Amino acid sequence: MTGLGNLIERNTKMYFKDKGIFFTSLITPLILLVLYATFLANVYKDSFMSAIPEFIKVSDELVDAMVSGQLFSSLLAVCTITVAFCSNMLMVQDKVTGAKKDLCVTPVKKSTLALSYYIATFISTMIICLVATLACLIYIYNTGWYMTVSDVGYILLDVFLLVMFGTALSSIINMFLSSQGQISAVGSIVSSCYGFICGAYMPIASFSKGLQKVLSFLPGTYGTSILRNHALRGVFEEMSSIGFPKEVVTGLRDAVDCNIYFFGDKVEISSMYIYLASAVVILVAVYVILNMVMKNKAK
Amino acid sequence: MENKNIIDIKNLNKSFSEVKAVQDLSFVVKEGELFAFLGVNGAGKSTTISIICGQLAKDSGEVFVCGDNIDKGIANITKELGVVFQNSVLDASLSVKDNLQSRAALYGIKGTAFKERLAELAKLLDFEDLLGRTVGKLSGGQRRRIDIARALLHRPRILILDEPTTGLDPQTRKLLWNTIESLRKDENMTVFLTTHYMEEAAGADYVIILDSGKIVAKGTPLELKNTYTGDFITLYNVTDEQIEKLGLEYEKVRDGIIVSVPNTAAATQLIIEHPEIFTDYEITKGKMDDIFLAVTGKKLTGGEGK
Repeated sequence: MTGLGNLIERNTKMYFKDKGIFFTSLITPLILLVLYATFLANVYKDSFMSAIPEFIKVSDELVDAMVSGQLFSSLLAVCTITVAFCSNMLMVQDKVTGAKKDLCVTPVKKSTLALSYYIATFISTMIICLVATLACLIYIYNTGWYMTVSDVGYILLDVFLLVMFGTALSSIINMFLSSQGQISAVGSIVSSCYGFICGAYMPIASFSKGLQKVLSFLPGTYGTSILRNHALRGVFEEMSSIGFPKEVVTGLRDAVDCNIYFFGDKVEISSMYIYLASAVVILVAVYVILNMVMKNKAK
Repeated sequence: MENKNIIDIKNLNKSFSEVKAVQDLSFVVKEGELFAFLGVNGAGKSTTISIICGQLAKDSGEVFVCGDNIDKGIANITKELGVVFQNSVLDASLSVKDNLQSRAALYGIKGTAFKERLAELAKLLDFEDLLGRTVGKLSGGQRRRIDIARALLHRPRILILDEPTTGLDPQTRKLLWNTIESLRKDENMTVFLTTHYMEEAAGADYVIILDSGKIVAKGTPLELKNTYTGDFITLYNVTDEQIEKLGLEYEKVRDGIIVSVPNTAAATQLIIEHPEIFTDYEITKGKMDDIFLAVTGKKLTGGEGK
């Protein structure tokens, strides 16, 4: 694997030094922050308050923790995918600028090159997402903290899995792109659509039944859900302990996608992990196979 | 002793859908020579280079580089090739040093070996003061020097130059050619050149002219000149009446008159027959532009019409 380390270093540096790619990858999280700051936070707060029986007193801290937990999980759910897509655009940009030709006239193997894009995208995306996680944790700590160390540990695991998923998905899609126009088109589509289909902008529970069924097939849906489960676990536990009826807590969990139903059956968190991990394995396998097929085609 | 063949291409064919980019191309490049590959846009030059570099699959034919068949794997061949592409392909957002370091590592050149080679190339191509600069902010000439340094990092036996001097200022062109010449002399490096500048091709050891994917002329510049163009005699201090006596086509220029003759022997004969007219004159061979025009019917324009 001559040069793998240097290729990874080069690709990672390129992502952070190319202002175009770097800032484009932060557009979706920024949209989300603006949406929350302007109206989504109030919408959630109001709907949350209206769902609570009048006889229960709720502290502002708990309400804020609920809303910021949603923001946190949504932000990470989209970040892990859109940042991975933008970071992996380097794969396409190298074709556009001709750098790929230059890399291919060296003794380095094409498989090493493909692996370097994958690992560099994973590293860049993890760095951004870990910084985002840290910033969100500080924000939540200031608004209302109900998490345990194990919740934070699970969130880090969720981020890891989702970054793996985003990197694998973007690697496959970007393999077929070869122009600046395609980069812009795919970047725009992913940035604008992924937030909706993964339930980051609006909970999937608020969509029509038909759409919910379709989205229940997508691994991203479960990625958002596991993040939300871990971000809000402490909040729901606190609600139960201060006397929230079980039905109200379940209703709230349903409303914010902590409970996801696959054709009427509730999906357990362990099943969500298995589904997401399987999706990662399958996508990585597809990426490897595609690389082999394309290599043979080129011969 | 004759140099051995370092590139050997036999009956090479490549098509893109209906377009036959390269048709039954066969030629050899000798070790240590400057080999010029000429042709207008779409003639098949870049396609041939891409096949030699293993970037493009051929339809049929055989390609041997340094004795290795490219069908048997390109890994060993790439170690012997240095390529300067038409456009700079370095990473615009990284510094010169970062670019060269990341590329050198792909040949296993790291640490002290890299530092030494970098210092050597920076001195040779005069870019010691550019090492920390971002490639995207360099001028065309500066960037070209770095492109060449990148191609030379691993001391290749063959340097492929795909229109390396297009758009460069005369000073940078001179520096690049001086560097390439010294590398040829000192390291017996083979240079495979495509260019639009005919004067660069005139200095080549062997020239191939491609048109529509086929070889239309090949040979040393002298052989081509003798085959495809005549000689030109420029006469000074002669009158129109004297020239008309020769009964040949002529063209008036600022200080004299140019007479076209089929070859040097005809020129000699003319001088012997009319010594009174040939008191102040010079004989020149046809130029590479004339050869190109004669064999393709097209004009090759530097940097344009590629």
